[in-house]
Amino acid sequence: MELTGAEITIRCLQEEGVEYIFGYPGGAVLFIYDALFNQDKVKHILVRHEQAALHAADGYARSSDQVGVALVTSGPGLTNAVTGIATAYMDSIPIVVISGQVPSYAIGEDAFQEVDSVGITRPCVKHNFLIKDVKDIAPTIKKAFYLAKSGRPGPVLVDIPKDISNQKTEFIYPDSVSIRSYHPVGEGDGVQIARAAQMLLEAKRPMIYSGGGVILSGASAQLIELVRLLGFPCTNTLMGLGAYPATDKQFVGMPGMHGTYEACMAMQHCDVLLAVGARFDDRVIGNVENFAQIPRKIIHIDIDPSSIAKRVKVDVPVVGDLKLVLNQLLSVLRNGKQKPDASDLAAWWKQVNEWRAKGGGLRYNNSSEIIKPQYVIEKLYEVTGGDAFVTSDVGQHQMWAAQYYKFDKPRRWINSGGLGTMGFGLPAAMGVQLINPGAAVACVTGEGSIQMNIQELSTCKQFHLPIKVVSLNNRYLGMVRQWQQFFHGNRYAESYMDALPDFVKLTEAYGHVGMRIDKPSDVEPALREAFARKKDLVFMDFQTDPLENVFPMVPGGKGLSEVMLDPNAPHPQVEDL
Amino acid sequence: MRHIISLLMENEAGALSRVAGLFSARGYNIESLTVAPTEDPTLSRMTIVTSGSDAVIEQINKQLNKLIDVAAVMDLSEGEHLERELMLVKVRSESTTREELKRMTNILHARVIDESESTCTLELTDTCARLDSFLQTIGPDRILETVRTGALGIGRGERILKL
Ligand SMILES: Cc1ncc(C[n+]2csc(CCOP(=O)(O)OP(=O)(O)O)c2C)c(N)n1
Ligand SMILES: [Mg+2]
Repeated sequence: MELTGAEITIRCLQEEGVEYIFGYPGGAVLFIYDALFNQDKVKHILVRHEQAALHAADGYARSSDQVGVALVTSGPGLTNAVTGIATAYMDSIPIVVISGQVPSYAIGEDAFQEVDSVGITRPCVKHNFLIKDVKDIAPTIKKAFYLAKSGRPGPVLVDIPKDISNQKTEFIYPDSVSIRSYHPVGEGDGVQIARAAQMLLEAKRPMIYSGGGVILSGASAQLIELVRLLGFPCTNTLMGLGAYPATDKQFVGMPGMHGTYEACMAMQHCDVLLAVGARFDDRVIGNVENFAQIPRKIIHIDIDPSSIAKRVKVDVPVVGDLKLVLNQLLSVLRNGKQKPDASDLAAWWKQVNEWRAKGGGLRYNNSSEIIKPQYVIEKLYEVTGGDAFVTSDVGQHQMWAAQYYKFDKPRRWINSGGLGTMGFGLPAAMGVQLINPGAAVACVTGEGSIQMNIQELSTCKQFHLPIKVVSLNNRYLGMVRQWQQFFHGNRYAESYMDALPDFVKLTEAYGHVGMRIDKPSDVEPALREAFARKKDLVFMDFQTDPLENVFPMVPGGKGLSEVMLDPNAPHPQVEDL
Repeated sequence: MRHIISLLMENEAGALSRVAGLFSARGYNIESLTVAPTEDPTLSRMTIVTSGSDAVIEQINKQLNKLIDVAAVMDLSEGEHLERELMLVKVRSESTTREELKRMTNILHARVIDESESTCTLELTDTCARLDSFLQTIGPDRILETVRTGALGIGRGERILKL
């Protein structure tokens, strides 16, 4: 039987086992929405802004191992989605975006709601397609899913002109895909892995640095086994939090701009650094020249060759899927007789623990008068038993959540690391909640960020998503204010959030429960009450210290050893060490 | 350093802009870029002349390989290879100086492909460097137009870029 392009599109999603898609209708996708209407396998979540559709699909993918799917119309629908596409691209998240396009015969005529969607998204997708023939829809969607999730994952866009979505052809969904110009890698090179193993065994000051790749590859178990087998210290980047349990004693915290003192120092002073699915981002290693001052051997395992030797020189590159490569490395280490030198390792741990004790750890000056944002996250951790899914927006609150919520499992910490997109948190939490029904989902946000996609409270109402919004309301674009305080002579240009709405009333207007919390003693009871309301979305508006800063901090452009500690917190200064 | 990179890619609308976009987005330099279908019309072969430090060239190769439409990449400058570029030059040439121009053209292995009363169009295929020196010899004052294809490259002997 012949089906229309629109019906084929939906059938393809069914074949891929897609349960939820996130979208917003419009002229160019009307046939596709019609096809959606006539079935009930693929459920559609109507967001209130296309950016949110992308972030929701993104949160859905990050908190599971599924491909997220978004459906948007041409022109403004697509341009609204671009921020979300770029967010997913920077963090290598598998998403398939289906966009409507003006009819194929009108392309190029500046037709109503026409934009060059393939052109606009080209730099921020793994790949994209413009459909030119109805027969291509099924094989292209098949390819799109395959490309999105294989190799280094990423968003893939399929742009379907309106007329083609209404043309008919036989529906055949291909069983398999092969793309002659695309061959994602599997296992790593055995010789390189043997060299890596030897280098690790001979290290005197070893360090394991793991990133988001470990989570994407599902290699957390392998990482844990490796770290335990070798007995080395381990750090997870902002994108990699949860891949190695944060409560474990071999974990030294997050490295980088707002990493722990001990993680920064250990990264800087190690003699062998094993990088696993991490990319030596400027926010992680700081100044490249400063980082290179101390000679160290670097082993870099990554699925994407272009991530290797991009910012730092690498001694042993290993290209492959982390899970497979780590298994190979583990078997080499298990089969060999050699063990890391116990006394070298003990001396190194002594050093690391000194850093930990002297300057490190995460400390802040708590108060009984004013709510400290760090305290809220600590209590959030306690109240949720460390087992919630936590999404965040971008700013100080994001860093405090990353620091103080000790993630023990992968895919629990959902944030926009690469692009740093304010407005990510709430829509991402919707995707998380849908694929993890019944789970505790917290969105840690700021009064600035939440206003970038606050309209999604309406989506949450419609689809009964009992997200707990933890807003650390400091009345400032806090991260901007912090930089202005440190680097721009306290000139707080446009970083004060004036004319804030009454968030409690606003939340209530959307049909949810709102709470305003002013006193430190009310923090924990409020969180307990909120999380006990299993069926309700609760918006907690915590009035936090407006001038609190995020520490430790490696100022932009500085080296890791130049990390600054909190001058107000009860611990010695770096200079004193 | 100057590098000449050859690649095979899907002969599809948009493939060229993916490559060009990659170079501009990442700030890589393109000296020339040529592209045309191969004996297999579904594949195009592109030759890019670029320059940069070793690290930049390594990234260029990796980033090109990462493009989904790109099937194979070879940095020709890493081994023995040949380079050719085709150039058409139109020069001002009155009848009085025509003979002298033709003699020079002969010595430099160029061909005259069009003549008018006051102009003469020459064709020359050679390495980029030789084309440059040809233009010098003719002298910029006489040149009315220059059209160059950009370099094409191919490996020597058994050095083959094929799927
Ligand atoms: C879309 C977007 N615009 C601007 C920025 C720059 N920016 C980074 S953090 C920040 C402040 C965020 O304020 P808020 O959400 O209140 O969080 P806080 O830092 O106060 O915790 C801004 C404006 C950004 N990351 N994303
Ligand atoms: Mg704020």
